[in-house]
Amino acid sequence: MLHIKCPHCGLRSQNEFSYGGDAAVKRPELNKEVSDQDWDNFVYLRKSPAGKHLELWQHISGCRQWIKVERDTLTHEIFKTLKASEEA
Amino acid sequence: MSEKFRLNKGGLINRNKKISFKFNGKKYFGYEGDTLASALIANGVHLVGRSFKYHRPRGFFGAGVDEPYAIVQMNRNNEVDPNVRATEQELFEGLEAKSVNCWPNVDFDIGAINNFLGKFFPAGFYYKTFMWPKSFWYKVYEPIIRKAAGFGAASIKHDKEKYEHKYEYCDLLITGSGPSGLASAYAAAKNGAKIILAEDKSRFGGSLLTSEVTIGNQSGQEWAEKIISELKSMSNVVIKNRSQVFGYYDHNMLVMSERISDHLPKSEKYIPKQRLWYIRAKEVIISSGSIERPLVFGNNDTPGVMLSSAAKEYLKIYGVIVGKKPLVFTNNDSGYETAIEFKKNGIDPIVLDTRKDPNSEIIKEAKDLNINIKTSYVVVTAKGYKKVNSADIAKISDDKKNISNIENIKCDCICVSGFWTPTIHLASQSGNKTKFNEEIDAFIPSQSKQKETTLGSANGTFTLEETLKTSFDKGNELSKQITNKENKVSVPTVVEKKSSNHDKFWCVPLPKGKNYKRFLDFQNDVAVSDIQLALREGYRSIEHVKRYTTLGMATDQGRTSNLNGLQLVSDIENKVVPQVGHTTFRPPYSPVTIGAIVGREIGKHSKPTRKSPMHFWHEKNNAVFVDAGVWLRPRYYKQGNENLFEASKREAKNVRQNVGVCDVTTLGKIDIKGPDAAELLNRVYTNAWLKLPVGKARYGVMLREDGIVMDDGTTTRISENHYHMTTTTAQAANVLSHLEYYLQLVWPELNVNVVSSTEQWAGAAIAGPKSRDVLQKLFPDLDVSNEGLPFMGYMEGNLFGVNAKIFRISFSGELAYEVNVESDNGNFMWEKIIEIGNEFNIQPYGTEALSTLRIEMGHVAGSELDGRTIPYDNSLEGLVSKKKDFIGKRSLSKTAYIAPDRQKIVGVVPLDKKTSIPEGSYIVKDAKAKLPNPKLGHVSASCWSVEYDNPFSLAIIKDGKNMIGQKLFALSPLKNKTIPVEIVSSHYVDPKGERVRS
Repeated sequence: MLHIKCPHCGLRSQNEFSYGGDAAVKRPELNKEVSDQDWDNFVYLRKSPAGKHLELWQHISGCRQWIKVERDTLTHEIFKTLKASEEA
Repeated sequence: MSEKFRLNKGGLINRNKKISFKFNGKKYFGYEGDTLASALIANGVHLVGRSFKYHRPRGFFGAGVDEPYAIVQMNRNNEVDPNVRATEQELFEGLEAKSVNCWPNVDFDIGAINNFLGKFFPAGFYYKTFMWPKSFWYKVYEPIIRKAAGFGAASIKHDKEKYEHKYEYCDLLITGSGPSGLASAYAAAKNGAKIILAEDKSRFGGSLLTSEVTIGNQSGQEWAEKIISELKSMSNVVIKNRSQVFGYYDHNMLVMSERISDHLPKSEKYIPKQRLWYIRAKEVIISSGSIERPLVFGNNDTPGVMLSSAAKEYLKIYGVIVGKKPLVFTNNDSGYETAIEFKKNGIDPIVLDTRKDPNSEIIKEAKDLNINIKTSYVVVTAKGYKKVNSADIAKISDDKKNISNIENIKCDCICVSGFWTPTIHLASQSGNKTKFNEEIDAFIPSQSKQKETTLGSANGTFTLEETLKTSFDKGNELSKQITNKENKVSVPTVVEKKSSNHDKFWCVPLPKGKNYKRFLDFQNDVAVSDIQLALREGYRSIEHVKRYTTLGMATDQGRTSNLNGLQLVSDIENKVVPQVGHTTFRPPYSPVTIGAIVGREIGKHSKPTRKSPMHFWHEKNNAVFVDAGVWLRPRYYKQGNENLFEASKREAKNVRQNVGVCDVTTLGKIDIKGPDAAELLNRVYTNAWLKLPVGKARYGVMLREDGIVMDDGTTTRISENHYHMTTTTAQAANVLSHLEYYLQLVWPELNVNVVSSTEQWAGAAIAGPKSRDVLQKLFPDLDVSNEGLPFMGYMEGNLFGVNAKIFRISFSGELAYEVNVESDNGNFMWEKIIEIGNEFNIQPYGTEALSTLRIEMGHVAGSELDGRTIPYDNSLEGLVSKKKDFIGKRSLSKTAYIAPDRQKIVGVVPLDKKTSIPEGSYIVKDAKAKLPNPKLGHVSASCWSVEYDNPFSLAIIKDGKNMIGQKLFALSPLKNKTIPVEIVSSHYVDPKGERVRS
């Protein structure tokens, strides 16, 4: 079980969090033309890197904040965690 | 009953407390402090079970977790416990156990015929023998294999025992209380570190309990006792016996199973049987020791053949001799220690040493005691069927390839020692890259991935002096880094006998013309010949060999077999062991009960049960409940002998004719506040929200980004910047997370706060043509006329002194209101509604009637919004704004979503107006078409229409919009039904929606 440092609450066990996918994905802006390809990439296409990965987690049984976690998908090493507002 | 194999004195058992127990129905006696194994051996019982594959007689091989085959079925306090090692089960008064893997009994086992049919059970027999004829698998082979295989039978009854989970954090977790565990714990404890010391046996001390050493001026055992009692008195130390750390997971999370009550006749009140500890440790010290390695020779699985360390443990801890004419077969000095113990207790052992000219202090002591020692000697085969009665022994050549001078000598046990294998399971599980140590012919931990350190014999350090020194040092060093305190203790002087080098020899060659089975893996019946066959058949990777032959699998996890198996593969392949590598060690190291893993999360406790504030009223009024997510909701209120169908029909009819009341507390509620709240709703819902006036509610549908409907519900504008959102019961948590996601990550510029208020409000839906009459009487001061409180209107009122929110919204399709009060007042509100509604024939209605009402109105719910449908499919396209953007909008223009024959919701009525259509049925054009019959769609929900008194269903079918009026078929292969149906509008009742506005 991972040990994740919530930037708001401190170190907590994984079972307090819920996984939210790739944090690098940017939603296209509202009311802007988006090509089919770009939209499909946004909705469906995800990288699955073996190694460093910036991902979203929500501290669902804690402060309920969405946070960013930089984690190695091979070793589970967590390099850093960030608030939703912070850029990696 | 006399214990023929119990010494008159010695051991750590309590001779003042005699204990009676039963094995295979026969009564025996032992003492407090015995294990089932030691007590049975004391009584001369060596035959405990039959082997896995060949059903050969099997006895005891080890004395603890190392035991591969003395597995029994326990009966404790009328509960069955399979897969229990007799060597770990402590004796208690009235214990009952029986053998497994034999039928009709252990003495006469029909399955033993497998032993003579051995050629049908070669390596990989699962994949070969039972392949033909194919039809035999289900009817013949599988039932027989099921009966024959396994290590006991699980109970099919509910387990009455309690199991618990515990989470713990510590600075240092130390696994094992042998010399390395005690020394490192002591040093670390002195530095103030928070420590958990876990020992899987009942007694602390590990090898110190059985070895002849002096530490300071005390015996090893006395020193261990002193350290333990001192550690116990320290507030920063938790010491647990009967506790096995069985798994090492990510981020230094380890899991330990504590057997709290298994050694007692029954668990005490409020005390669990077992407790599972989840331990997050800053540092882990693995002091799990080592397990003696077997030597491989003919029929080395015969009862009476056992590890020499086990024989020594039975002697020194239990005062039990495993035989009166022991043969000790060894390739190192450890066998001599066992021989010396025998000799000291008046028994003459014969030592066979594979080495030519061994010399050491221990050997000298054995010689001084006049022990018969034969060097360059081996056991060729054990003789005897249910118990060893003699052995063929032989001289072995210097190159260990040839044997000569075979002779038969009488013996009643053979104690084997093939040197020691460090227990590296936990280190390997942690991700440690182990390395092969040529000196000890075994793998030891090398490069750590996590914060773990392996010490003592688990790290291949076999001298006590070195072990204590490194363990005191490490305990001090690791704890000092955590606590920033140093209180160094001096390392005591150690007196121990020096050992000579072991012999790398491990497998006795077969004599000419003999084909003795030489077992490597005792638990899984894997012999040398099986591995040879696997390699002949082309298996090379050790992982493949493992799976093909079952070497090192099951509960034993290769504890005794692993290295000998690797030796054999490397010999045949002409590689060195490190090139072959070892198989992956996986948790659990030792079996864990399902009960411990499940803990308290069982039955009603597997998830929380949420009840509305009106729950007890429902209970009192004969409600039959149904699980709705984690909620319990009344399904119907039973009157007299009514069944579900009759009751729900009555309730639904009463809503259509008079008025009904339904508990809607379970609906998800989210409180939304902030100047940008309207903007958020406008982006989240498909329809327009910016112009909703205060005091009005609106129905909305929200999508996922892929265009699929996520949820629906009404949201009401309570005041300028305050909205009250409702969600479906099931999606409440997801919708909240969804809103939080967009507010925190995508549109942080929106000034809005959202919070769940589901539990703050109790809700009652009052529905039916007479609902306004009821409402007026509940709120006499309010104008609740169609003008005063129009459809989708909202007002606040005072319900006999209680603040209430009144929403004019309807799920049933009738004139209806939902009244919310603070949860604490829920029951008060409910009783008032019932009391006042009485003159209007009000009846409570449950979820079944609720479903009927919404289905015949064509209102969609979870069975249509099933994660596969878009708004159009549910005829909700009218709610999709063309003007503004919202979550998921871009997806709705996908080709498949705008296909002209896109699926759409329809109504389905059976032509005979009688036959109910099972939910999940296919809708097809031709009932007799060739399979697979092309399906148009499926029936999502069915009810008995109370309006028309005939069955009615909703279905989502291809080109639904052009299907109205068509005659099709509903097929239910599950229920074996073919029902001719007509497709009608999904709005079966009141298609214009006049009632809700009346």
